[in-house]
Amino acid sequence: MITHRLQITCQTTALAELRAFLDKVLDPLHLSQQDHHQLKLAVEEVCANLIIHSHQCNEHDLIQLTVKNAKGQLIFEIQDEGEAFNMLDYKAPDLKNVIAQKRKGGLGIILVKKIMDEIQFESKSGTNTCRLIKRFSS
Amino acid sequence: MLSLEIIEENPHHILKLNGEIDASNSVELDESMRKMIDDGAQSILVDGTHLHYISSAGLGVFMSYLEDFQEEGIRFIIYGLSPSVWEVFKILGLDQLISIKPDKETVIKEI
Repeated sequence: MITHRLQITCQTTALAELRAFLDKVLDPLHLSQQDHHQLKLAVEEVCANLIIHSHQCNEHDLIQLTVKNAKGQLIFEIQDEGEAFNMLDYKAPDLKNVIAQKRKGGLGIILVKKIMDEIQFESKSGTNTCRLIKRFSS
Repeated sequence: MLSLEIIEENPHHILKLNGEIDASNSVELDESMRKMIDDGAQSILVDGTHLHYISSAGLGVFMSYLEDFQEEGIRFIIYGLSPSVWEVFKILGLDQLISIKPDKETVIKEI
């Protein structure tokens, strides 16, 4: 099993750094262009949510990302010490409401749920862990 | 990195996007969209040929204007998206709400 780790600060400008890291991790796996793109997007959406909503873009706060590649599945583990946000409890808005209310948010979680095969969340002694799992049939 | 350029090509306003749109710069997309509407644009075409990536922050900006476009009768079309970016619009079902065309030629031919 290969494990990759990245630590980013809670600023939206760190998202480009996150994408560059994910490109580096995903490139050797030779996934389809779309899978590669979507995995990167899903991980970024979770981190962007944490940065903006749980940490209010506080650059002193950190997010740890661990990517594990094992037995036909990719596991993205995202850890932070902010206010716990369990997206499994979050009811994604209806697209029609998003338009009518001219909201600019709420779409990210829909994307994550559609892209990933499994999402796990746990909060233990102040550390929140969101695990995104994608399975590949070999 | 993101660069945006508004080109007036009567009767269209063409917004050319180059780079990646995420939560750090989606406000720039919002400002450009607002500017075109304030300028009285009646036909807004978004050239996504060089848009390599867009997260929900950017998609949300487009979504937030759809009702204004409908109310004010503004034509809104996105073209030139790469297959990967187009797929993201499809995952959300935005391809049912926004007119997305393969390229500028198709847009001009159809309108």
